[in-house]
Amino acid sequence: MLTFILRRIAATVPVLLIVAVLVFLVLRLAPGDPAAILAGDAASTEQIARIRTGLGLDRPILAQFGIWIGNVLQGDLGESFYYKTKVATLIGQRLEPTLALSTLTILIAVAVAVPLGVLAAWRFGGWFDRALMGLSVLGFSVPVFVLAYILIYVVSLRLGLLPVQGYQRIGDGFWTFLRHLVLPSVTLSVIYIALIARVTRASVLEALGEDYIRTARAKGLPEIRVLVHHALANAAVPIVTVIGIGIALLIGGVVVTESVYAIPGLGRLTVDAVLARDFPTIQGVILFFSFAYVLINFLIDLSYVFLDPRIRY
Amino acid sequence: MSVLALSGLTIGLPAGAERPEAASRVSLTVERGEIVCLVGESGSGKSVIAQSVMGLLPASLPIRAGTISLMDENISRVPEARLRQLRTTRMSMIFQEPMTALNPVMTCGDQIEEVLRFHSEMRLPERKRKILDIVREVALPDPQRMIASYPHQLSGGQRQRIMIAMALVLDPALLIADEPTTALDVTTQSQILTLILELQKRHGTGVLFITHDFGVVAEIAHRVAVLRLGELVELGPRDEVLKRPRHEYTRMLIGSVPTLTPKMRPHARPALQDAPLVLETRELCKTYAERRWLGPRREVRAAQDVTLEVRRGQTLGIVGESGSGKSTVARCIVRLVEPSGGQIRLGGVDIARMPARTLRPLRRRVQIVFQDPYRSLNPRRTVGEAIIEGPLNYGVPRREALERARRLMELVRMDAQALARYPHQFSGGQRQRICIARALAMEPELLVADEAVSALDVSVQAQVLQLLEEIRTRLDLAMLFITHDLRVAAQVCDHVAVMQRGRIVEYGAAEEVFLRPRHEYTRALFDAAPGRGFAFAST
Repeated sequence: MLTFILRRIAATVPVLLIVAVLVFLVLRLAPGDPAAILAGDAASTEQIARIRTGLGLDRPILAQFGIWIGNVLQGDLGESFYYKTKVATLIGQRLEPTLALSTLTILIAVAVAVPLGVLAAWRFGGWFDRALMGLSVLGFSVPVFVLAYILIYVVSLRLGLLPVQGYQRIGDGFWTFLRHLVLPSVTLSVIYIALIARVTRASVLEALGEDYIRTARAKGLPEIRVLVHHALANAAVPIVTVIGIGIALLIGGVVVTESVYAIPGLGRLTVDAVLARDFPTIQGVILFFSFAYVLINFLIDLSYVFLDPRIRY
Repeated sequence: MSVLALSGLTIGLPAGAERPEAASRVSLTVERGEIVCLVGESGSGKSVIAQSVMGLLPASLPIRAGTISLMDENISRVPEARLRQLRTTRMSMIFQEPMTALNPVMTCGDQIEEVLRFHSEMRLPERKRKILDIVREVALPDPQRMIASYPHQLSGGQRQRIMIAMALVLDPALLIADEPTTALDVTTQSQILTLILELQKRHGTGVLFITHDFGVVAEIAHRVAVLRLGELVELGPRDEVLKRPRHEYTRMLIGSVPTLTPKMRPHARPALQDAPLVLETRELCKTYAERRWLGPRREVRAAQDVTLEVRRGQTLGIVGESGSGKSTVARCIVRLVEPSGGQIRLGGVDIARMPARTLRPLRRRVQIVFQDPYRSLNPRRTVGEAIIEGPLNYGVPRREALERARRLMELVRMDAQALARYPHQFSGGQRQRICIARALAMEPELLVADEAVSALDVSVQAQVLQLLEEIRTRLDLAMLFITHDLRVAAQVCDHVAVMQRGRIVEYGAAEEVFLRPRHEYTRALFDAAPGRGFAFAST
């Protein structure tokens, strides 16, 4: 177990290194000059060149990479070209909204999807099952921004139940914080509900066909006990895997939602940074995302041990 | 008052099934302290009857007529809630597969505890005591550890004991046992049968014991009910039914049971010892090593120093319990797994470490038939395609290969039209014939049968065994016959190797080994064979 943990931690290093190299290279190869953007439309060639030297962009790419990676290894993600602040500070500021949005989204998704999936598997082939599977296709297909605007129109504008957009920090009071988060989270969660419900249904369905379910019924257990303690408990590994993948994808998925609902999170930061060709910020954010991915994957693998006693590392 | 009384029980099958009813007008009783064996081949409806009593039938198998009375209460039409109350309190069931019948993510103790939690008013300390008592009663070693263990940490026999503990913890009047020992090794089987007998006597439980094995019937039954295609064809005391069967179907079933006495070969093959050597292994070893990043390497020695030989026209049986290494040896010989040491000489050439390319032409000479005819044929390929695939790979023209397949179908006594059909359209016995035809299509010198008849019903098994015997004589094949079933081995083998924990412990002519076993393990195996001393009706 301990060796497994150590090995997994060791394995993150090459992954992050490869990501770092790729991000760095791709950004330099992409068109667009951050210096020109910073200087504005009226700037002269000399001004742009001066800015470029100031940013260190006139040095050879290899040297630039060396400096950056050296700093990163010391825990310094560099300074944003555009915001003129430390990238780490920027990420720190933007982390809360994204984290809050992702957490609430995944909570809603799991709370809704798992019971739906279990129910559909239990009543396999019935009207509920068919309806859920039909809706899940719809859930997959509707683009996030379309759903977002529909929800804003109905819930906020027509019914006036929730704020249209914006974000309130958790420090400003939990209820306003939550009220601002509900719509974006619901919007984002739809696709994950569809995904998780489908996987839950499939894997519970498989478990329900197993001999130990027959044993559980022969023991005269209440059906809910059979479903939760015997079927769902055995179906947990694939479900948790998909939830994990969901969390990882979510971090990327918040970009659109944050834009529509005007939430100042990491998604918005990424979009702004890309538009401004703010290399250090893009690099920092992507490196941070990759780290989060690796961490989540690691936690999922680790969770298997608790879900299934037959799995040992 | 009977513990269980079925009266005119009729259970429907879905439209389009091979017959309209799974069980037709079945009437039988189980009295207190009595063991009634319900015997029949697969598809006879015996498990359906068992599940109907428990109320576990799916909606597609409705009770059409008749009643099921449990302690004088008609339970064939009571609500689900009442059935739930009765399960484990008045009636319990144990199943065939102890490997899959327990929930793998719950400790054994918790699984027993569940029964008490939902069916009794006991408080936690009392429940704990009760669990410990019942686990002790089913004679599990180290009860505390067993209670804390997950099913995968226990052996098959131990799991079945946990199942029995779970079923009997609330002392039900009726125990339904659906082939509870079929998946177990003979020695384990005999221990579990003894345990069931003991507990049943102590508690006066009525037992409805479902089995296809007449050896088991002889061992435990008070009365026997014989089921054929959903109809009860014979019902009577054990000795009556087994020794003086009245119905012809019962006679056929009992006649199909292979005896433990090796068959004296009527047409003894002359000079068998001088026949050319087809296969010879010398000190064959297979070690499975689990590689770890840090920490010690774990090794499992699946086969050690296995030395044996098979001559043309001869059948060598490898007998042993699960985990004895018999299948590993078979798989090494066909080079499905890589041996770790020793020699495998095929017609004098050592193939143990031969690289794949040189081995390829030799592969044709050894063919294997596996245990499960349901899974060893590709469901998306016609039987014909399955049979000719091998020859085609070895450059036989298609027309010729098809011609060969047609001849082989005749040899395995199937219609040539079957070649155009798919595996799912055949029964288990037919599929196994197809598998044999597929192996023979390669014109091998050595046929390896790895538990090839173990999944078949006795009557079908007898036919397939006869077929194998015939083919061997006709084609002068060498055969390696892997089985856990001593009765089967006694019928087909000229020589027998008994394996235990990866080693051959006894090796010799079949008559010698069966009539005068020398090794204590061989003797233990024979002693465990159910119904050994029983004089079945002879046909």
